[in-house]
Amino acid sequence: MTKEQAEVKQQTKRILNRFGRKRGNLVPILQKVQGKLGYLPREAMLEIAEFLGIPAIDVYSVVTFYNQFRLNPPGKHSIRVCLGTACHMKGGYITLDAWKRRLCIDRGQTTPDREFDLDIVACVGCCVMAPVSVVDDKPQGKVEPTKVDGILLSFKLKKEKQGKESQ
Amino acid sequence: MKTTGLQSVVSTFREIKSRAESQWQELCNSGKPVVMVGAATCGRAAGALGVIRAIKDEVKKHKLDCPVVEVGCMGHCYAEPIVIISKPGYPPICYGHVNKVIAERLIREFILGDDPCLEFVLGALEANELVPSLSDFPRARFEKKIILKNCGHIDPEQIEHYLANGGYTALVKALQMPPEVIINEVGRSGLRGRGGAGFPTGQKWEICRNAPGRPKYVICNGDEGDPGAFMDRAILESDPHSVIEGMIIAGYAIGARYGYIYVRAEYPLAVHRVRIALRQARKLNLLGKNILGSDFSFDIRLFQGSGAFVCGEETALIASLEGEPGIPHHRPPYPATDGLYGKPTLINNVKTLAYIRHIIDNGAEWFASTGTEESKGTAVFALAGKIVNTGLVEVPMGTTLRQVIFDVGSGMQNGKRFKAVQIGGPSGGCLPESALDLPIDFDSLTDAGAMMGSGGMIVLDEDDCMVEIARYFLEFTQRESCGQCTFCRLGTKQMLEVLDEITKGQGRIEDIDMLSRLAEDIKAGSLCGLGKTAPNPVLSTLRHFRDEYEAHIKEGRCPALMCRDLIAYYIIPEKCERSCDACVGSCTTEAISANKKRIKVIDQEKCVKCGTCLSACPPQYNAVVRLSPPSEVPASK
Repeated sequence: MTKEQAEVKQQTKRILNRFGRKRGNLVPILQKVQGKLGYLPREAMLEIAEFLGIPAIDVYSVVTFYNQFRLNPPGKHSIRVCLGTACHMKGGYITLDAWKRRLCIDRGQTTPDREFDLDIVACVGCCVMAPVSVVDDKPQGKVEPTKVDGILLSFKLKKEKQGKESQ
Repeated sequence: MKTTGLQSVVSTFREIKSRAESQWQELCNSGKPVVMVGAATCGRAAGALGVIRAIKDEVKKHKLDCPVVEVGCMGHCYAEPIVIISKPGYPPICYGHVNKVIAERLIREFILGDDPCLEFVLGALEANELVPSLSDFPRARFEKKIILKNCGHIDPEQIEHYLANGGYTALVKALQMPPEVIINEVGRSGLRGRGGAGFPTGQKWEICRNAPGRPKYVICNGDEGDPGAFMDRAILESDPHSVIEGMIIAGYAIGARYGYIYVRAEYPLAVHRVRIALRQARKLNLLGKNILGSDFSFDIRLFQGSGAFVCGEETALIASLEGEPGIPHHRPPYPATDGLYGKPTLINNVKTLAYIRHIIDNGAEWFASTGTEESKGTAVFALAGKIVNTGLVEVPMGTTLRQVIFDVGSGMQNGKRFKAVQIGGPSGGCLPESALDLPIDFDSLTDAGAMMGSGGMIVLDEDDCMVEIARYFLEFTQRESCGQCTFCRLGTKQMLEVLDEITKGQGRIEDIDMLSRLAEDIKAGSLCGLGKTAPNPVLSTLRHFRDEYEAHIKEGRCPALMCRDLIAYYIIPEKCERSCDACVGSCTTEAISANKKRIKVIDQEKCVKCGTCLSACPPQYNAVVRLSPPSEVPASK
């Protein structure tokens, strides 16, 4: 076992201590573990299955059924493009294309430098601000291709500034 | 319940309530100005948090004694961020489209000075001589607020605000009534489930009360998965206690001990506020063991859904609460007799539960006096799309679609022509102009090929392609199908492929008949509501907008100029201004360049059809146009 895997196991165990060994706790456990680790690695799922006394495949089936859970590590910044009805009709799919084009990744993927991950969300309920992109858990309204460039530029500037300060 | 116990309930509650009232009075009537900022998700997306920070900084800078309160959503989402200022000597005034600069000005000039900055006013909250009030708006004639009444006027994170505005009195009243009487009252009110199906609520409660088996559960279904619907989110974020109170009363009526509030994880703010509300209610013993000293105990847990549309279906929701994948099972047995862990379980929608306190407080007759013969009370809609006043509305059942869209919603944006209204999300349908005079109730919309669903209403104009919207919904249901029933799993995929081809101009005329045949089969061969209603968007657009399907197939043309494979962007040389470079700078793929005469030309190979140049071109030139089919673009010289 690598050091990283052992670390995952440790952290999962710490979270499991707060829960009862009840199947009904599976989804809340997964949510907590993902909240801590950012995704659900294999070791964490195995640990959870053992804790609840259920086959590992049952954990895997729940993880892959729900849209919320992810199997690969997230980027530093998360981009969620809302594709609710209002957002779609106001060009959410065009915005998604713009993100894909700029980040050079498809939805569900993370950039190789692990800076950004991109995915869609069914609807965040801010339909009046359509098209919406949720950037680092903050819904931003009226995100059109030019605003995509603007958001990315602000991240770049922030990073450069931090780089300068740390020098 | 024993009389002595009841007396203590009443006296305990009186104490709690009077404490809350004095707190509320101190906020509202202490001679201090009060600033309220709408900080539900919609407000935050528009920048409410920045506004709050600016206001607080300004208040601190001038050392003002002025409380700043975060409230929920008033429903005027088009004007977010919204700020309400109550200053002694003035009516409470509501300001719209407030940004940091305006916020600072309001503090400086209105609170510090005495200028109410009339240029930013949306309306006053009560009638007065100085500014027009919100109730003078034309929409006020059609609106009747019952469950949205508190939204945007109280701090959802303060139980005292809710208590001071009539909160939890219905619970105390209910605890003094025999459970059968409560169920009878709910039944007589004519309340029908607001999740979409419209099952009589009283009847559901009665079945659940009479079902054998213990413990019983109450579940609040807040898994608002319909894209384009946000009523439940707004209520949970703006007035969570009204839902909790409804749940406690339901628990008492059916004899339950535990309840769950099931909220989508995509609504983090709603989750946060419900959690706070539960904690506060427990602290005042309005929730938990021996509520207010009575012998009734009831507790509620919060459960976060993890993003599966099908979990809005009650049996799937129960499966996910049990830690299984959310796959629906056959009904009957219904959850009312055989639900969570096989026990009788009452599942009601957020809005249904929010009505309960009003029915208990004001009586069944009062509730039944609003609405139509078969659908009582009010309907809450989330208005979105190409409409001027987007936001939340609550109107009596029986109001026509035309009144909601053109009177309450103030009609279409940018003077465009109305084309259709999409109601009921992926289960509903698109209704054309000819259906606008239909009264809104559970039955008439179903007859017209749509359904009330949970209440999302997306207004579409002439720029929206009806084939594309049908394709969009099918893509959604296809992705969200749990995969259990063959017809739903494979049938929706087939339909989606056909629609994909049509929107790319590769459809065949026989496809239209095949779509309707497939649609009928999917409806017949699916177990749950997702599959049974998935073809509705296709069927309703085929019924009302068949000509658009035919234009795509026969002419390779998209009449609404939306389907990207069937359009091209083109700059009209005669209109293009030599000295202007707006489109060149805006283009995200560097597809636009100027020719020798400094006329801009689009390289069709590079163009990704994002439409940025169209919005960038200054209105005085209006040189960028969309053409369909793409062969309309003249060959470049």
